[in-house]
Amino acid sequence: MRENLHRFFRAARGAGVHVSPAESIDAMRAVAQVGISDRAVLRDALLLTLAKSQDEKLALGDCFDLFFSQPEPRQDQPEAANEHDAAQSDDQPPSSGSAGEAGEGQPPQALGPLAQMLLSQDRNAIAAAIASASGAASLSDIRYSTQRGIFSSRILDAMGLQRLRDDLDRLTATNPPLAERLRAALDALREAVRDTVSQGLALYAREEAENLRNEILRNAPLARIERRQVAEMRALIRQIARRLRERYSKPRKRQRRGHLDVRRTLRRNAAWGGVPFLTAWKRKHRDRPKIVALCDVSGSVAQVSDFFLLLIHSLHEVVDDVRSFAFSSHLIEVSEILEAKSPEEAMSEIMSKVGFGSSDYGSSLVDFEKEFMSTLTPQTTVIVLGDARSNNLDPRADILRRISERSKRLVWLNPEGRLAWGFGDSEMPRYATFCSVVRQCATAQQLERAVSDIVATYQ
Amino acid sequence: MADQKASTSIEAVESGLAAQGYIASRQIATAVYLSQQIEKPILVEGPAGVGKTELAKAIAAWRGLKMIRLQCYEGLDEAKALYEWKYAKQLLYTQILKDKLGEVLGGAQTLHAALDQLHDFGDVFFSKEFVEPRPLLQALGQPGGCVLLIDEIDKSDAEFESLLLEILSDFQVTIPELGTVSAIAPPTVILTSNSERDLGDALKRRCLHLHIGFPEQRLEERIVESRVPGISQTLRRQMVGFIHEIRSLDLKKLPSVSETIDWARVLVLLQASELDTDIVKDTLNVLLKYEADIEAATPQVTTFIAKAARSNVFG
Repeated sequence: MRENLHRFFRAARGAGVHVSPAESIDAMRAVAQVGISDRAVLRDALLLTLAKSQDEKLALGDCFDLFFSQPEPRQDQPEAANEHDAAQSDDQPPSSGSAGEAGEGQPPQALGPLAQMLLSQDRNAIAAAIASASGAASLSDIRYSTQRGIFSSRILDAMGLQRLRDDLDRLTATNPPLAERLRAALDALREAVRDTVSQGLALYAREEAENLRNEILRNAPLARIERRQVAEMRALIRQIARRLRERYSKPRKRQRRGHLDVRRTLRRNAAWGGVPFLTAWKRKHRDRPKIVALCDVSGSVAQVSDFFLLLIHSLHEVVDDVRSFAFSSHLIEVSEILEAKSPEEAMSEIMSKVGFGSSDYGSSLVDFEKEFMSTLTPQTTVIVLGDARSNNLDPRADILRRISERSKRLVWLNPEGRLAWGFGDSEMPRYATFCSVVRQCATAQQLERAVSDIVATYQ
Repeated sequence: MADQKASTSIEAVESGLAAQGYIASRQIATAVYLSQQIEKPILVEGPAGVGKTELAKAIAAWRGLKMIRLQCYEGLDEAKALYEWKYAKQLLYTQILKDKLGEVLGGAQTLHAALDQLHDFGDVFFSKEFVEPRPLLQALGQPGGCVLLIDEIDKSDAEFESLLLEILSDFQVTIPELGTVSAIAPPTVILTSNSERDLGDALKRRCLHLHIGFPEQRLEERIVESRVPGISQTLRRQMVGFIHEIRSLDLKKLPSVSETIDWARVLVLLQASELDTDIVKDTLNVLLKYEADIEAATPQVTTFIAKAARSNVFG
């Protein structure tokens, strides 16, 4: 049982439940207390000790059901095959009854253990053999779906496929009907093993596969994400946002000890006649983050801006003072939309208001200067997200210069690679001179780094 | 053998709690049983009013233990949760003992000698007599054990969580001046949380995690039966069915078990024999606590009553 529990813990980790050694010890102790006879109680006990949130409980519950339901499908498969078999052998007697009879009687002596097992149709024995063979083939190490074949053949080998083949060859010569039965049983066995491996894959490989997929996704260019990946990408961006929030949302108490604030100390201790019972220390002044984000939502960057907006949305949760603007041919403020609505709703509303137009950086900057220039203070970081492709219209870089002069930093995040800057209608080089930082920002990972750096400067 | 014992013990927990008027689901009973056996705190999460706090009370009543409750709030610190020195008493005693001190120290010739003598009984004022035990320390000091309820842990600061870790894992506290205080008998610790913020992994790891959601219809009927004995069976079924319909709506605050019980009491008080549109509309404010919710639910009342009545026929 201990072996099984360990495999279950591994499966649980695969399902995304964090099972630390301490928790597995707790679970062991709990199982020792409640025993394993009552499945529902066992399930409750494991759920109580291992899962630490509602999501984890659901995942672990599914994992438990999958894990401990293993024996059933295995029993079904051979059974179906055997019934099929039985039907066949029922058909056979009239034609070759005596041969069949003789075959039934003989096998125990002449055949290998696996062949005997298959012919005797002992489902429990077969199931147990598959289980022990998958243990021998260390099925729990399976990671990728491409390994399915190799694990299947390993399990079959461990069960003694070689001997079975020999038996089969011999029987084909001596006892064709029995060989036929054995062959059918072997096919059923193969199927059962394949199912076992698929289940193993579902149990043990989920986390690994997911990690790999996420890793690929993190480094995939946002602009070229396929439709089916969009939902996963959204989830990934949300994860990034959560990480940023966890890292930066807590105001860290950082008192700088060592420098006595004489004035405040004297004032505080006036009641004791100036004897300094309580000391006051100088504190390092920290700017409160102030961010102004300008996001291009024009057709050329439409797909990327989706993710930009998602990230800005999460920025609203991390930083108190964020004002966000979206533009294509003109510029509007979208802070309220982003704050009041869910990401999906907010995005579709913003897109319907200003999205998908042809971009005009010049007039958008004019809009910004006219209405919102006063929002910039010397503490503000301005983030511009866009490809700087202005359709050969006047880029109005002079306004960007004024923005840069009024703010603490001006960060430009461009989804295009450096090579493309300056070619065609890209005004990037002209804008870049006024920016404190210009970064390429094409993948989720780059996006995370860029935003993380911006927020970190205020810590 | 052990299995047999376990399942009967879990049933014993269930019936023990039931005797105190707390109808526990099997999961809850398993959690309580396990927490006793492997001496781990239970962290109970779930929406407001499903009986998280009530569980601790029921356990205390069932096992005849004292319940010590620590209500968490923002800014709760160790002086209020763990212990505090009785400053006033210390000051008073130094004043009273002033002469005595003078006498004792009078013999010393030099300042150094006086200091040495003072050192000999220097810890007099930092001894157990001057410690004011707060709930956590009180819980450790109960000779027969107790039920320690740390209510709404999610309302406290993250720092306070870390303070709890030592108590939760080893049932001991370290007071710098006194050393480590261990529990005489390990208390049964119940922590409750409304999930207002995510708790730290370190805290979660030390606890059994129990989530109490809204109960199933049968269970809720049994809860009402035990809490409001005067209610007739048909009305009970109807009202619980109605509440389950209400919970399917998208509301700001869904009615939970405590509201069900309140409503049952109200209906008994109004001597209703079965649900009808008028009485439901008049008493909807017992169930729903927001004006917007009441407005959203009112048009559905008639349909829900019909549905609840229909399900009765088969249930």
